[in-house]
Amino acid sequence: MSEQEKLVFDRADALVDVPTHYCPGCQHGVAQRLAGELLTEMGLTENTLLVTSIGCSVFLYNYLNVDSVEAPHGRAPAVATGVKRARSDKFVLSYQGDGDLASIGMAEIMHCANRGENVSIIFVNNTVYGMTGGQMAPTTLVGQKTTTSPAGRNASKEGLPIRMSEIIGQLGGTAYSARVAVNNVKNIRKAKKAMKKAFEVQQKELGFGFIEVLATCPTNWRMDALKANERIENELIPYFPLGVHKDVTAEVED
Amino acid sequence: MTKTGEKLFIKGNEAISRGAIAAGLKCYFGYPITPQNDIPEYMSAALPAAGGEFVQAESEVAAANMLIGAAACGVRSMTSSSSPGISLKQEAISYLAGSELPTVIVNMNRGGPGLGDIGPSQGDYFQSVKGGGHGDYRTLVLAPGTCQEAYDLVIQAFDLAFKYRNPVMILGDAILGQMKEPVITWTPEEKDENEGHGWRIVGAKNRPGRILKSLHLSEGALAKHNLMLKNKYEDMASFTQKEEYQTEDADLIIVAYGSIGRIVKSTIKKLRNEGHKVGLFRPITLYPFPSDDLKKLAEQGKKFLTIEHNLGQMVEDVRLSIRTIADSEFFGFYPGNLPTPDDFEEPILKALGGK
Ligand SMILES: Cc1ncc(C[n+]2csc(CCOP(=O)(O)OP(=O)(O)O)c2C)c(N)n1
Ligand code: SF4
Ligand SMILES: [Mg+2]
Repeated sequence: MSEQEKLVFDRADALVDVPTHYCPGCQHGVAQRLAGELLTEMGLTENTLLVTSIGCSVFLYNYLNVDSVEAPHGRAPAVATGVKRARSDKFVLSYQGDGDLASIGMAEIMHCANRGENVSIIFVNNTVYGMTGGQMAPTTLVGQKTTTSPAGRNASKEGLPIRMSEIIGQLGGTAYSARVAVNNVKNIRKAKKAMKKAFEVQQKELGFGFIEVLATCPTNWRMDALKANERIENELIPYFPLGVHKDVTAEVED
Repeated sequence: MTKTGEKLFIKGNEAISRGAIAAGLKCYFGYPITPQNDIPEYMSAALPAAGGEFVQAESEVAAANMLIGAAACGVRSMTSSSSPGISLKQEAISYLAGSELPTVIVNMNRGGPGLGDIGPSQGDYFQSVKGGGHGDYRTLVLAPGTCQEAYDLVIQAFDLAFKYRNPVMILGDAILGQMKEPVITWTPEEKDENEGHGWRIVGAKNRPGRILKSLHLSEGALAKHNLMLKNKYEDMASFTQKEEYQTEDADLIIVAYGSIGRIVKSTIKKLRNEGHKVGLFRPITLYPFPSDDLKKLAEQGKKFLTIEHNLGQMVEDVRLSIRTIADSEFFGFYPGNLPTPDDFEEPILKALGGK
């Protein structure tokens, strides 16, 4: 390679070289790329067992070059528990949407975290049910219009959006819980660092690792990619503040 | 741990637990519900001691989904529950069948519908034998009638699950779970450590990632998958088991399974002593159903009476098996009552009399 042709970007080998099915501007693609890069950089690819969930990320098994098993809607944390109990020597990763994790799968995520299962879960919060056409999710912001909240989410009838990483951070079995965004380069760098921690706590058998990624769904937000990205900064981050909600490694170091 | 050749006086629930551990169970996932609580209670101590993993799940839904994860890894896994809990497991059972994952599910049937009661019932025949969850699929269903048979069949269940890459259900009831009987234990030969080699998830080393899933979206893919499953179920049909008692010279065949089959056997013994020509046909595999053997009896001109502890479920399969040759009468003992051999005398005599 000559001086002029310096390689500045290469696909991590955990990432399969195929086009994804995500809509333009969808940040599922960014979240899964960070996961793939980390699996590669941390040398985990060959040792990883992936549990996929039901939502727009359902085809994640086609994009990450790892062994995987499909979980029913919301049940990925239970499936991941089964995988880890069967193969405690493997790195177990799961990836869920906000409808999947914070609505139908609420019991499974809470108890998986509370038991302190040594698994890592990436939680992509895009404030809607993306795959089924943009219905209201437990994370939909107050006033946000969706196909099942046409007048906007009404707090008095539908409650307030659920902040998952704070809740998960409260549970005894959680080793790491953080919320990140991938709306600019700085946040993407931070997100990758946080995701790495959520992976490392599993490797060190410290307990449950959780990382919430605020993400765009331009299609169901009825916005172009740029506007959707701005909404992350202007509307999502003020209600879903970025930061670490629990980190047992930090407590140890204090 | 259970030693080979020990004679124990134990409940059906414990026989199932010991049989499963003898068969090399690695992961058990449970949730409390009467009348199967002895199983998770036994497992919580004995399975870790045998080197396995016990998890008391947050619900039957979670327990069944944990099975998906463990089964995908190719280890021997099991859950147990009773009727309302089995209803909750059905979505995951459909995924297990669709993803071709081998596992064992124990149902100690109690009275329903709804919360019903905690006594015995055979009201779950349909939800066990006819799929139970969504989509076209079948689980192999084994129905033990004694504690010894429960021990033996659970061991066989694991082999069948891996042979066919399919969930296998053990269908018992509150009688079988709670009664104590002598059981002679045995341990199968060392199982293949590489069980599941070729399909289980272990990490993608020097090969592309493996995907265990039930989703088939591309043109024609689901139809192909369903055809493959259908062929598998047809193949499974070669494996049927039944008990026949005094059927040879019988004019009337009583068809009954599980605990009821066993109670009816006592009634038949008594009636035989009184000179009545009646015999028992007890299906042990409920799916696949031993249709051919029933048909042979029908061809000999015998009459049939199906007796169940429900309002009439298996009788449909009996009638299907012997259709165009004979029919079966039905006597349903209603769940909520505990049957004794005397309860079946009158309906059997009536069926004999109506010759
Ligand atoms: C039991 C069950 N209920 C409903 C569905 C339909 N369904 C598929 S994906 C989905 C929601 C996905 O939303 P989310 O988890 O937020 O993921 P996203 O698509 O937004 O990434 C639903 C309701 C299903 N597959 N199974
Ligand atoms: S619908 Fe939304 S979440 Fe789904 S791929 Fe499109 S942008 Fe992404
Ligand atoms: Mg979503």
